[in-house]
Parts: sequence; C-alpha cells; structure tokens
Amino acid sequence: MFGLIEKTGEKSRYHVSDIGRMGCFLVAAIAGVFKPPFRFRATLEQLREIGVNSVGVIFFTALFTGMVLGLQGYYTLRKFGSEGMLGSAVALSLLRELGPVLTALMVTGRAGSAMCAEIGIMRNSEQIDALECMAVDPFRYLVAPKFLATMIAIPVLTLIFNVVGIFGGYIAGVGLLGVNPGAFVSGMQASVVNKDISLGIIKSLAFALIVVWVCTGRGYYVHRIRGAGFGAEGVSRVTTQAVVISSIMVLVWDYLITAVLL
Amino acid sequence: MSEPLIKLVDVVKRFGSQLVLDRISLDIPKGKTTVIAGGSGQGKSVTLKLILGLMQPDSGAVIIDGVDITRVGRRELDRIRSRFGVLFQGAALLDSLNVFDNVALPLNERSGLGRHEIREKVMATLMQLGLIGHEDKFPAQLSGGMKKRVGLARALQLEPGIMLFDEPTTGLDPEKTMEIYRLFHETRERFGYTAVIVSHDIPKVFNLADQVVVLNRGRVFSFASPEEIQLATVPEMREFVQATMGTIYRSKGME
Repeated sequence: MFGLIEKTGEKSRYHVSDIGRMGCFLVAAIAGVFKPPFRFRATLEQLREIGVNSVGVIFFTALFTGMVLGLQGYYTLRKFGSEGMLGSAVALSLLRELGPVLTALMVTGRAGSAMCAEIGIMRNSEQIDALECMAVDPFRYLVAPKFLATMIAIPVLTLIFNVVGIFGGYIAGVGLLGVNPGAFVSGMQASVVNKDISLGIIKSLAFALIVVWVCTGRGYYVHRIRGAGFGAEGVSRVTTQAVVISSIMVLVWDYLITAVLL
Repeated sequence: MSEPLIKLVDVVKRFGSQLVLDRISLDIPKGKTTVIAGGSGQGKSVTLKLILGLMQPDSGAVIIDGVDITRVGRRELDRIRSRFGVLFQGAALLDSLNVFDNVALPLNERSGLGRHEIREKVMATLMQLGLIGHEDKFPAQLSGGMKKRVGLARALQLEPGIMLFDEPTTGLDPEKTMEIYRLFHETRERFGYTAVIVSHDIPKVFNLADQVVVLNRGRVFSFASPEEIQLATVPEMREFVQATMGTIYRSKGME
C-alpha cells in the first residue's frame, strides 16, 4: 500500500518537473529566436527541410483529402438535393479544420520526428554539451532556427493544402461526378468569409508552435526522460513519443481553439 | 602556495540512490597538469561535468578562479566557460558541419573576427595538427584519431587558459594514443594552459601529470606524483594500485 503511494508520488513529481522543464524550454527557445546574432542561413536551411521538402507530401495528402471530401460530400448532399453546396462544404471543411490539422500532422510525421531524432542524437553524442562548453547558447544556435522555420512553414503549407484540397474537391465533384462548375465556385464564394481563413491561420500558427516545441523539446531532454532508455533505443522511443504527444496535442488544441473562436 | 585555479569543496553527487561523489574536495593548481584517474563508474566524468557547469552538485562548491559556479547565472557561467577548451571522449564534433566549419565554430560564434582572419587562423591550426586536406570531410568520414585531432583543434581556437580532456585516448590504438599524447605536449608547451585529464589509461597517462587525483568509491586521493600512488598505504589505494598497475610500474622520473 505504502509502496503504491510512494510510486504514485514519485510519478507525479516526475511529470510535474517534466512539464516545468518543457515550459522552461519553450521560454528559452523563444528567447533564442530574438537573441542576436541571428542565424539567417540556418533558418533558411530549416525552411527548406521543414517547408520546401514537405510540399510533395502536403500536395498529395491535400489532393486526395479534397477528392474524398468531394465524393463523400456529393453523395451526402445529393440525398437532400443540395449538390450545388458541394464547393461550400469542401472549402469550409478544409479551411477551418482539415487544412491546418492534417498539415500539422503530416509535418509532425515528416519533419517533427526528424527534428526530435537529430537533437536527441546531438544530446547523446555530447554535441550539445560541446556547444555549451564553447559558451554557445544551444537554444539560439540549434533550436531557434527550427522554431522560426516551423512557425513560417506550417502556415504556408496550410495555405497550399487548402488550395490543393479545394482543387481536389473540384476534380471529384465537377470532373468526375458532374456537379455544375459555376455552382461549385459560387457556393464556395458565397459561404467562405474572412473569419474562416483567419481561424485556419490562427490554428496553423498554434499547431506549428506545438509541433516544434514538443519535437525539439523531447529531443533536447532525451537523457532526462524516464523509461526512454539510452543510446539509439532512447532516441527512437523519444521520437515516437514526440510524434504521439504532438499529434494528440494538435487534436486537443484544435477542439479548444474551435470552441473559443467559432 | 598560490590559490588553486579550480577547487572542489565537499562536493556530493548522487544519481537516484547511487552515491557517486561523497564530499570530495580537490585543488587543481594553475599552469599544471592534473590527471584524474580511477576505474569505470567512479565519477571521473561527473567531476569533469561539474567543473564545466554541465551538472550541478547536490551540495558543495565548485570554485573556478575564485567564483563558485554553482551560484552564478547563465551569463557569468558563459563568461567562465569561455576560458575553457574541452576535448570530449567522442570528440563531440557537430555531425552536420565539415572539419573546417567545426574548427571555425568557436571563432564564428565568439571571436568577432572577419571571415578572412578566421580562415587563416583555422588553416594554421589544421596545419599544426596535420589535418590539411581533410577540411572538407564530415565527422562521419574521419577515423577516431582524426576526430580527436579535430576536437583538439576546435578546443584550442580561442586559446583557452584551461583545457579539459575527457578520456582523450579511449578507443585509440597504441600508435594513435602516443600521437594524442605528443599533441598534448606540443599544444601545452605552445599555449601554456592548465590541463585536467580524465583518463583510465593507467599508468601511461601518469607520464603527463604534475599531480594525480584518484577517485575510488566516491572518495578522492591526491598525490604529488605517480610514485606516491604506489607507496600509498591506504587500503583502497593499495587495491587500486594492484588492480591497475601491479607492482611493475615506474614512471619516467624514476628511471
């Protein structure tokens, strides 16, 4: 009985200090972004890695998501004789929900996991210790370019996702199922307002912060995460953990932001 | 005797229930070479990390040139660290940078020198350490000995007053080990730094030492010379001598 209480207390203490550590990490990383000298070149390289190299994945995910929305939407709306609303349904679903959420999830899987593994390996091989010993701030040198690049890349990728997704919905609805193209476009124009677009952008910014924070933070503290193990095994476990936590947090925050801003 | 440059006072360090350092105190004099020896898991690398401020002791003080680094802020710690050069066990080169950029890193980040001056300085160091022709290679393309040389080149860029070596010869063959020791002698002569070497390459590493500190079972034993170790009467030290040196070791000074 006492053993159980002791274990519960120990676990609670670990989780509280873990949350505190991640909070301090976020503050230090944001401070690192504003600390000179700025690492423009490293930020551009990260933009290429996180943003440009994700365009292909985002393009195909968006295209087929849009096409599925077109198909599903058409058969649902046809039951009510409202096929003309297909453009509106596809656009609103993508702009408000699917665009930001799926972009964040795809970037987490493609670039977030890579960021976590890269920093975790640097921690394990004492590269981060070496930076500290040279009095080089690892938050400014290592983490800040990833933060800045992700905060730029995810909103831009979300916009690309939205455009390609709507195009996918158009192909399925108009091209394959014979919906009137004028009705598709005018329905979309009539129902989409600025608030829908700004809601999507706010969400994408929030998700970008979650993804880069969790993925870099878990990698940075790979040596302090209980039960992760050591060496390559530790990095692989922490990378999996980072992807799972980021994905869940994106979905939870999606609900919270929608509930507050809708 | 002058005030030691580095001083550990009653330092305690635990990892969970394991007591690694038990109220250890040691002095590292300026301008000398101190070897910290001991078996695996005796707290040698922990001691080095405490000196570098990479770890905090549970209690006690780590004093560098009169400043207790366990009580200073980040900025002051960075100022003190800027006097250090460190050669890590695995060299800790940044994987994503080539040899040139690794060596140039401290100059790019901290010196304020122009690109041309940095290039000249880096190439001079690479020449001195026999690394010319390898400047475009990445760490993954280097042998263990070359990695150590690049690590040493990087550590020396800002001409540190204190050099710390963490197991500098681990994983190297005898030829490469001798090469690292030769480079140590050369650079020490040139830069005149205070050296702290953590090693279990016993007894070879004792040839470099002005002072030897042995860590054994969380306690510290200091000796003015390697010969003193062999003559020690403390039971823990007798065990250590038998296990690491046997009875045949005689340092160069006694030959």
